[in-house]
Amino acid sequence: MVQYARARLDASFAALSDATRRGVLEQLGRADASISDLAAKFDMTLTGMKKHVSVLEEAGLVTTEKVGRVRTCKLGLRRLEEETAWLERYRQLWDARFDELESLVEELQRKEKINGRKKRE
Amino acid sequence: MDVRSESDPTPMTNRSTVERTSDRELVVTRTISGPARIVFEAWTKPELFKRWWVPKSMGMTLVACELDVRIGGGYRLAFDYEGSTMEFFGKYLEVTPHSRLVWTNDEGDESGAVTTVTFEETGGKTRVVVHDLYPSKEALDDAIASGATAGMPAQLDQLDELVATLPQA
Repeated sequence: MVQYARARLDASFAALSDATRRGVLEQLGRADASISDLAAKFDMTLTGMKKHVSVLEEAGLVTTEKVGRVRTCKLGLRRLEEETAWLERYRQLWDARFDELESLVEELQRKEKINGRKKRE
Repeated sequence: MDVRSESDPTPMTNRSTVERTSDRELVVTRTISGPARIVFEAWTKPELFKRWWVPKSMGMTLVACELDVRIGGGYRLAFDYEGSTMEFFGKYLEVTPHSRLVWTNDEGDESGAVTTVTFEETGGKTRVVVHDLYPSKEALDDAIASGATAGMPAQLDQLDELVATLPQA
């Protein structure tokens, strides 16, 4: 977790080091936009804008969704935070599950010991 | 990535750890008191499995639990949740007694994870590692966004209630 989170933080800073990408984030803060909207606004080729968006996406700063032939971009700033909260909930579920598994294993071990004793008697 | 190197530096603690170890992978780890033989049995015998897989505090009932634990064998779990039935199913890809289980999660089209569980016994305790490998980063992101993961229902309000009753980290 630590290693992966750190890698993503590095990705966030790298993504923010570019003026166009900061501009895209500012733009998306006002409204969601398609890649071609963004390309037009920043006077760039579609391919160039796609690259910027994918850097932002990899850093978890932007999410995109393709509907039909249009890919819409939106801010994804809270994503990492939400994910961390989700992972903690998931961990607690597994903890509860494993607690029950552990008591069952204890019970099975006790039974085995009793049966073992009976067999020897 | 070597998952084991950085997790669980204090083997005395009983707490589970969850890590997203890459874009496509989730790893849950816990050490259970007891031999791998018995822990494995609890994962592979339906009558035992159904006693722990759905913690009582989740407020859900497991209404069907069929596990045909052999390579190529299928499993099916059905839950009653708020009046409707949810099903989870897939098949076992690997079955190595007391040490390893691999199964698919087929209920969610092609976006399902492959789950690998390993059991490693040391000094009467068994370290269980549950590894979910998703087909893509998007599939895992979507599972997280919807609140679902392999074997877990989406949008589980009761999960939040469960969490509220548990001691915080």
